[in-house]
Amino acid sequence: MAYSSAGRLRVGPTMKWEVVIGLEIHTQLATASKIFSGASTTYGAPPNSQACLVDLGYPGILPVLNEQVVRMAIKFGLATNCKISRRSVFARKNYFYPDLPKGYQISQYELPIVSGGHIDIVLDDGEIKTIRITRAHLEEDAGKSLHENFHGASGIDLNRAGTPLLEIVSEPDLRSAMEAGIYMRKIHTLVRYLGISDGNMQEGSFRCDANVSIRLKGDKKLGTRTELKNLNSFRFVEKAIEIEVERQIEILEEGGHIVLETRLYDSDRNETRPMRSKEEANDYRYFPDPDLLPLVIEDALVDELKDSLPELPDAKRVRFVKEYELSDYDAGVLTANLETADYYEEAVRSTTVASPKLVANWVQGELAAALNRDGLDIAEAKVASAELGLLAERIEDGTVSGKLAKEVFERLWHDGGSIDDIIEQRGLKQISDSGTIEKLVDDVLAQNPTQLEQFRGGNEKVIGFFVGQIMKASDGKANPKQVNAILRKKLNE
Amino acid sequence: MHDRTLALLADDLAARRVSAVELTEHFLQRIEQFDAQLNAFVTVTRDEALAQAAVADKRLAAGNATPLTGIPIAHKDIFCTQGVKTSCGSKILDNFISPYDATIVSRLKDAGAVMLGKTNMDEFAMGSSSETSFYGAVRNPWDHELVPGGSSGGSAAAVAARMVCGATGTDTGGSIRQPASLSGITGFKPTYGRVSRYGMVAFASSLDQAGTLTRTAEDAALMMQVMAGFDERDSTALTDPVPAFSSALETPWQTITIGVPENFFDDGLDEGSAQAIRDALRVFERLGATIKDVHLEHVHLSVPVYYVVASAEASSNLSRFDGVRYGHRAENIDNLTELYMRTRGEGFGAEVKRRILTGTYVLSAGYYDAYYLQAQKVRQLISDDFARAFADVDFLIGPTTPTPAFGIGQKMDDPIQMYLNDIYTIGANLAGLPALSVPCGFSGGLPVGLQLIGAHLSEPALLKVAHYFQLETDWHTRVPAAYA
Repeated sequence: MAYSSAGRLRVGPTMKWEVVIGLEIHTQLATASKIFSGASTTYGAPPNSQACLVDLGYPGILPVLNEQVVRMAIKFGLATNCKISRRSVFARKNYFYPDLPKGYQISQYELPIVSGGHIDIVLDDGEIKTIRITRAHLEEDAGKSLHENFHGASGIDLNRAGTPLLEIVSEPDLRSAMEAGIYMRKIHTLVRYLGISDGNMQEGSFRCDANVSIRLKGDKKLGTRTELKNLNSFRFVEKAIEIEVERQIEILEEGGHIVLETRLYDSDRNETRPMRSKEEANDYRYFPDPDLLPLVIEDALVDELKDSLPELPDAKRVRFVKEYELSDYDAGVLTANLETADYYEEAVRSTTVASPKLVANWVQGELAAALNRDGLDIAEAKVASAELGLLAERIEDGTVSGKLAKEVFERLWHDGGSIDDIIEQRGLKQISDSGTIEKLVDDVLAQNPTQLEQFRGGNEKVIGFFVGQIMKASDGKANPKQVNAILRKKLNE
Repeated sequence: MHDRTLALLADDLAARRVSAVELTEHFLQRIEQFDAQLNAFVTVTRDEALAQAAVADKRLAAGNATPLTGIPIAHKDIFCTQGVKTSCGSKILDNFISPYDATIVSRLKDAGAVMLGKTNMDEFAMGSSSETSFYGAVRNPWDHELVPGGSSGGSAAAVAARMVCGATGTDTGGSIRQPASLSGITGFKPTYGRVSRYGMVAFASSLDQAGTLTRTAEDAALMMQVMAGFDERDSTALTDPVPAFSSALETPWQTITIGVPENFFDDGLDEGSAQAIRDALRVFERLGATIKDVHLEHVHLSVPVYYVVASAEASSNLSRFDGVRYGHRAENIDNLTELYMRTRGEGFGAEVKRRILTGTYVLSAGYYDAYYLQAQKVRQLISDDFARAFADVDFLIGPTTPTPAFGIGQKMDDPIQMYLNDIYTIGANLAGLPALSVPCGFSGGLPVGLQLIGAHLSEPALLKVAHYFQLETDWHTRVPAAYA
């Protein structure tokens, strides 16, 4: 099976299928305390040490809404062209499970705080596609059930219970696993730009459910969908959808039918399997939570938050292209997360000499490689943005070659210190003195008569050999431009 | 001592005519003497009470007392009390020691009131007779073969038998006013949101309201002064400032118009009770009130609306009792479903199960619109009826209950008959209005309650009207012979 030339149709053995995907992304909001209680939301505390009486669902306790989550949800809505409901309602979703202490989850159902918006995503061929956002609503997370290490019993950790979530629901506008991945990354970028979520996927702060169905090309009616639950990495989203689409095509091609159900993706076996059938699923008996009054939002708050919105990824990308004369691709990479964009801009602003393009290359090259190698976030980078700016400046002004600058960078990364000292102490300063270079060229030509003969006989390729030898003789410090110029001059004498 | 009202005893304490410890010992002694026959208490906190009384005496001596300092009270066992069992009348919470105090419990504690114990009640406040308690039926001090009303029947019996000066209660559909009426005392339900619900085990969150069971409106005002007021832990608590309830009682009588809902005088109303109400109206006329008939168009739908809304909310509120974190847990469990089924099957009584089933049904897919949503619409109509009435009249007055106290066991097999006992009281809950019941006579030797309903936040005026009625009458001073 492969993507057709149209890019968004799947070709089965006999028919052409269109894939239809909608995502429900659960974003943990970055508040200090929980959505309805004062307990801390810090990750990784000992089990049940961050669950107060409210989170434990004690008799008589009542929820009190954390005002911060409202502000965060509004910011998200404003950043995604959504309508902010002036009146929204919290509802109870009733079901029994040991890690759901009250026997219901407080969520928003009929009247969510945010609805009816859209964002643009850039596909791999550069095409811009608009994805509609149905709604985003506030809700509390459940706790965690632990089924191992309890000798036939289950353990329950309610630290997570009551953690604020924003559930972002898209329309079924996504047409491939790849599009779903791009969309999810875009939302991830956005919530981090807005400062409303840390987006930490290992800690479960950003995860999604994917509703997947297929239909014959040209069909108006949606096929029966399955819901893939709890996908907690971009790669898993793509792989899970991919494998689920294949499964659905196979069934339909063989004349079967898709069962409306919830499925789990097993990344070890790369397969999806049924969790529970929607037909026999819980009737959640949603009804407005009588413990919470309808959430009323004043225009003044919306206006205040509108004014406080940071520059968003799309705008930043356009600005980077214009202001720093970067390619759209480079600007896209640099603005994919706010920390990288900020690092880049700080580095550029720290130098008036180095070109923004050179700085961009270094951020995407050496810096990214070092971070990746050491498993660090850019916030933990061991070369500060201003230092990277200075290093680029030293390349631009000819003090050090691009190649040796990599050594300076490594020194700086591992041992710290000042760039100029490292260049000085380690003798990495570029040789730009023409007398010294002429001497190097003369020596190399004298030492390699055979190759010189070859050149004289018309073999231009040996120039590269000479350059290599000269650079080697200078420990890589000779200014390559000058080496080239002087070598050619000498050869043509 | 016990023949004096809370207000009079407060004066005695302030004047050091009696000490808090003496008072506490006296009432504890009465509980010891009488409660075996009444079953009004689930828990008596003798040692804590005496310790609190000693502290109260120090405050009284130091001159930093409040009017409630040293006053013996009891809490309905629906309010969480730190370190003390909070059972809600249910087996499922029989082993539950609350780790925290309800807001009103801590407010009364801070004021220096002395808690003598926790009172018996219908399980999870679901009932009108205090018979559904896991701890057995409460008996009416006027006749031990009769119910005291419910669900705050333990509080009502404790006050009626002079075992405490006053008690807290909760009123979801009449659970303060109805037992007050059947037990011959004063029961006050404030405006919804006036008193915090934090720490009150929820039955039907949009209807539940804490209030008082006392001998007089004057006593209710003293307790309300401490209990009322905004609480940041309850999102539905009203932010309106708390008026001075007691001083409002002392203001001169003003001309008022009283509306009498003609629909409350239907065939279901006991004739002796109707006569007592008519006599009471004459008292108000003498006081200078204008009496006017009013018609509440949709109020006859109160009972069905209530049993849909309250049961729906209850079915969800009671889901937390699952045997996982606290309370009863069934033993020898093999799997999760069994844990739920057996824990809840064993822990809840029949009436609670009936309401959970009803509530689950009305919220279910396919029935939600026809029942829950429809009930909410009618609830709004009923609220609108009251609002229209209060554009014309200052208060509504009528009977609290269709009949005086009925026999223990008499209505247990007929839930509809039991539910109809709240036919006159439920309206005020659906509309969130303040209402009270005061003794206004006897029918067949049993006390009859007069219900007064006011507009939103009209508590001071409502208590004042009741107070003036009690200045003109002596029904509230009547005490069952055995408990005089």
